[in-house]
Amino acid sequence: MLKKISNIGDCGIACDFGEDVNKETNKEVIKLFNFIQESVNNKKIKGILNYTPSYNKLIINFELGQTRSKEITEFINGSDFSKTTLSEKNRVVEIPICYDEEFALDIKRLEEKTKLNFKKIVSEHLNTDFFVYMIGFVPGQPFLGDLNDNLYHDRLDTPRVKINKGSVGIVEKFCTIYTFESPGGWNIIGKTPFDLFNINKKNASVLSPGDTVKFKSITKRDLLSFKNE
Amino acid sequence: MNNYFKVLRPGINSTFQDLGRFGLQHLGIVASGCMDQLSFCISNKLVGNKVSEGALEFAYQGPLLELVGGPALVAISGKVNFNIISRNGETKQGLSNTSFVVSNGDKIDILSTINSVYGYFSIMGGFKLKEIKGSVSTLVRAKIGPNNGNKLMSKDKIFFNKSNSTDKVKKTKFDFDGDNTIRVMKGLQVDYFSKESQEDFFSNEYKVTRLTDRMGMRLDGKKLKNIVNKNIKSEGITKGSIQIPGDGQPIVLLSDHPTIGGYPKIANVISADYDKLVQKTPDTKIKFKLVDLSVAESAFLEYVRKF
Repeated sequence: MLKKISNIGDCGIACDFGEDVNKETNKEVIKLFNFIQESVNNKKIKGILNYTPSYNKLIINFELGQTRSKEITEFINGSDFSKTTLSEKNRVVEIPICYDEEFALDIKRLEEKTKLNFKKIVSEHLNTDFFVYMIGFVPGQPFLGDLNDNLYHDRLDTPRVKINKGSVGIVEKFCTIYTFESPGGWNIIGKTPFDLFNINKKNASVLSPGDTVKFKSITKRDLLSFKNE
Repeated sequence: MNNYFKVLRPGINSTFQDLGRFGLQHLGIVASGCMDQLSFCISNKLVGNKVSEGALEFAYQGPLLELVGGPALVAISGKVNFNIISRNGETKQGLSNTSFVVSNGDKIDILSTINSVYGYFSIMGGFKLKEIKGSVSTLVRAKIGPNNGNKLMSKDKIFFNKSNSTDKVKKTKFDFDGDNTIRVMKGLQVDYFSKESQEDFFSNEYKVTRLTDRMGMRLDGKKLKNIVNKNIKSEGITKGSIQIPGDGQPIVLLSDHPTIGGYPKIANVISADYDKLVQKTPDTKIKFKLVDLSVAESAFLEYVRKF
């Protein structure tokens, strides 16, 4: 439930749904996100520049001069967005992943820490219906959850300087896919050849907050011959 | 005949920008856009463009450009030291914030910004730039924008829409605010910092460091003590947020900021003072002054009167 709305400077507000990081809280955030997106598209509110959901908050930026925080706060408080459904937009996206040892850089450490063998780790990962909590940091990078708690593991003590594009990593109950080559501290368990982000496409990001992701295991040969549309 | 500028030297960080690319932050795409909105809009006004027309932003040292075709009415805004080298080799000093005409073979040599960081180069009728998702702003980190998302490079050709009337020279009186006080509002996690640290932040000087670019401005000063948690659950970021990572030194997040982040934020720069802040050069000592929303909103009304 929306707990409070706070100002972020003079041209932003934070809609806070509480401290818990779980699907239920995030679904509430995404309901409000969908509601704001609809309201912007239907021109029910003006001056909105961006609306960014995260685990437990929706941050809204607006153009001061077009509107102000009081107006937007009143609009949200006076709206019933609880009926905005997730299911209209909720899609299931299948993402191919290759767990070949060449790409699963941290699988040995995970085996030691979780006391699970490689096969079990892979099957746990494949059997998870991942919920897209949020997208960001860099374009198109999804933050997915929840992993079964027997796979929970911390971030690397020393982050890698370079993680290849397409690498799939896990930390605690979350899973991410690196959409650009970047530094990072997640435990890498595989790689996808699937381009999750392409600015020249109509939908630049394949995934949206609230989608569901299922991974599908592919061989190294499949990975090498994979063609993005 | 084609009309374009040949890039003989690209400058340090020259990119095409407009007012920003909006509505995509939930997909990880930050708005970007010009750093100093007022200077950007002035450069467009000086050549009779709509204020949102794409312009070339440069930082510190700008490009050396040679005109092929033309003539063209152009303008450089900000506080900029530049020369106009005519085809016969004659060099004369240019005047920023005044539009001027250049002809075939003329060169514009943008040597440096003066006690400031950013300047803008606009042309009447606008540059021919490829719009990406409704904007010509460049985000180099993700290779989004015209010029394939890259900074300007040597030998690039910058094409523009040729205008017929080049005689409407305009000038404007303009100077940067030399005052180093930046007004801020309390950030979402201001209470993560000890009372002493909050007082320190809102009263002491902080030095702008060299680790400053379009993404963020790292400051150096009194270390701030976090008494709650050095990380927060990652949340959406807005331009002008001031985050305090584990080392206790502030970073102001600027136009190319990451879309989400997990450091607590002590304050947010008010809209009216953002342009002033981004023009502060390394080693400048700035001071943050705490204000409330009503002050920030009135300051904004005063700020837009300058446009």
